Amino acid sequence: MKTPVLEIKNFHVDYGLGPEAVQAVRDVTLTLHRGEVLGLAGESGSGKSTLAYGVTRLLPPPGVISGGSVVYHPPTGDSYDVMALTDAELRKFRWAETSIVFQGAMNSLNPVHKISTQMIDVIRAHEPQLSASARIARAQEMLKLVGISADRMDAYPHQLSGGMRQRVMIGMALVLEPQVVIMDEPTTALDVVMQSQILAQLVELRERLGFSVLFITHDLSLLVEFSDRIAIMYGGRIVEQARSVDLYKDSLHPYSEGLLKSFPALRGERRELAGIPGSPPDLRGMPTGCSFHPRCPQAFERCSAEIPVLGVPAARNDPTRSVACWLPGRVPVVQKG
Amino acid sequence: MKFLLQRLAFYVFTAWAALTINFFIPRLIPGDPVTSLINKFQGQMSTEAINSLYVLFGLDKNASLWSQYVDYWGQVFHGDLGLSFTFFPTPVADILKQSLPWTIALVGITTFASFMIGTSLGVIAGWRRGSIMDGLLPVTTFLSSIPYFWLGLLAITLLAGPNSFFPSSGGYEPGLVPGWTGSFIGSAIQHSLLPALTILISSVSGWILTMRNMMVTVASEDYITVAHAKGLSERRVMVSYAARNALLPNVSGFALSLGFIVGGTLLVEIVFSYPGIGYNLFQAVGAKDYPLMQGVFLVITLSVLVANLLADVAYLLLDPRTRKEG
Repeated sequence: MKTPVLEIKNFHVDYGLGPEAVQAVRDVTLTLHRGEVLGLAGESGSGKSTLAYGVTRLLPPPGVISGGSVVYHPPTGDSYDVMALTDAELRKFRWAETSIVFQGAMNSLNPVHKISTQMIDVIRAHEPQLSASARIARAQEMLKLVGISADRMDAYPHQLSGGMRQRVMIGMALVLEPQVVIMDEPTTALDVVMQSQILAQLVELRERLGFSVLFITHDLSLLVEFSDRIAIMYGGRIVEQARSVDLYKDSLHPYSEGLLKSFPALRGERRELAGIPGSPPDLRGMPTGCSFHPRCPQAFERCSAEIPVLGVPAARNDPTRSVACWLPGRVPVVQKG
Repeated sequence: MKFLLQRLAFYVFTAWAALTINFFIPRLIPGDPVTSLINKFQGQMSTEAINSLYVLFGLDKNASLWSQYVDYWGQVFHGDLGLSFTFFPTPVADILKQSLPWTIALVGITTFASFMIGTSLGVIAGWRRGSIMDGLLPVTTFLSSIPYFWLGLLAITLLAGPNSFFPSSGGYEPGLVPGWTGSFIGSAIQHSLLPALTILISSVSGWILTMRNMMVTVASEDYITVAHAKGLSERRVMVSYAARNALLPNVSGFALSLGFIVGGTLLVEIVFSYPGIGYNLFQAVGAKDYPLMQGVFLVITLSVLVANLLADVAYLLLDPRTRKEG
């Protein structure tokens, strides 16, 4: 049985306060297990990046976490809620337990400091007892793992290519050997060749170091390739969760289906690209009921009236998957809340 | 290194151009220095004396413009800037040597202090935007819109007076002999307080404003979020990540303002009758003292050039992106 490492429970994020607030993430419950790659997919504006920022408490104002908890289970010792940490505890938790690789590979590094300085200052902040030479050795070792030679240590970010910079960022994310690495579209700024190289390396590193990954992307076919499970987000909610293979072969939510048809598969037979008609919902004025119903080809009366609950579909007795849809055969066994 | 040499060549060229213009301007304006000097002596001069004055000022009518130009360069390299009319027959170089330390001490120290204070306040105001520190902004904007000579007049009217601690004019107590004595230095500091305060108040707000705005811009950069995510201390993120990057435009601004130390606070020196180089220029203009004017302009030009060179070097040291490979 897999053990959870990060449990996100009933998580809500708003932008702004009061009745004017835009609800960007609503009631998200998601569990990341030890050693797995969990993919989080959705269109732009579906709230996936907001979720990542929220979980790490890095939301810039006016983002506000309006509810929920994020329980972290360290390998040894007691579990704790990240949302309840004090500032000092939070600083300790960051990077050492959960590190992040951000979208903008180009701008994630400080342009005026050397790569080595930026690698070493994170080691110094978390492990002050380590000697200077040990820090350098650790940074060098980590960069070697991501394919950056030691003589590039003293380079400045502008002297590296985009791919190299993202490798440095990945190396930096792993330098304290965290349990969880959140990757927010880490390869979107890179070309396809670089993308697959970096992903292959990531898979290899994960096998060696055993961290868990929350991988956020809009590229579903990429996730199908290398993640263990996939959660699909739409309008701030998780609409479907399943093992990658199951989701790819037999998606239950019409939105997942639409997403899958929007990307060419990396392998397998050719198929027609369809896309999803319409545009993502306006978070300020969400449709009633299921937020996907205005774009859903199979919508019926109930969809615009009631919000579907995420749950294990009654028709399939498979606890690994859940969906939030009113279509026949997808309604959950036990309706919660 | 190559970059620095290129810059250096550029500055040498600029200096040459400035000095050449400095040579031609008095020769292009109607009337000449000798005529105005003769006027000063109300015509009580012999023809020989007048002719020798022309030669003395490098305006020998028998010499070609070219040989005058060559002579001019020779004099410049020897530090010979001619004789002043106002303080005839003191050489201009001596007058400048006397007044330059005053200006550099007063304006140099205040510019530096203003930059340090303004930048530090700007860093904090930018980092804690939305806090009480933002209340500082309207005040500083208001202060920066006040011309400093007017602020100086105001300071003299309100603070200086016969019985006040603050003297209203001069650089030191008239009876004292300039030297490294305690009473002289004390008096000099006392005299510099009001002008220094005036410059400080009117210039510090500019630094606060630009630094705060740069901090706000830099604070939204991705690498700041990464620095937070890395769990670095708030102080380290603010200083080493945000302020370090936000400082860059301010550094060039600071170097430029160093160049204007010499010429830029003319009005303050006039208002306070401060024995600096700006006051010299004021006197020179009033007395049509061309050699002195030329000398002051030369000093201003050279200091602006040196300041620019410093800015280039500082930028090279602070921003690795401006360094060329190899």
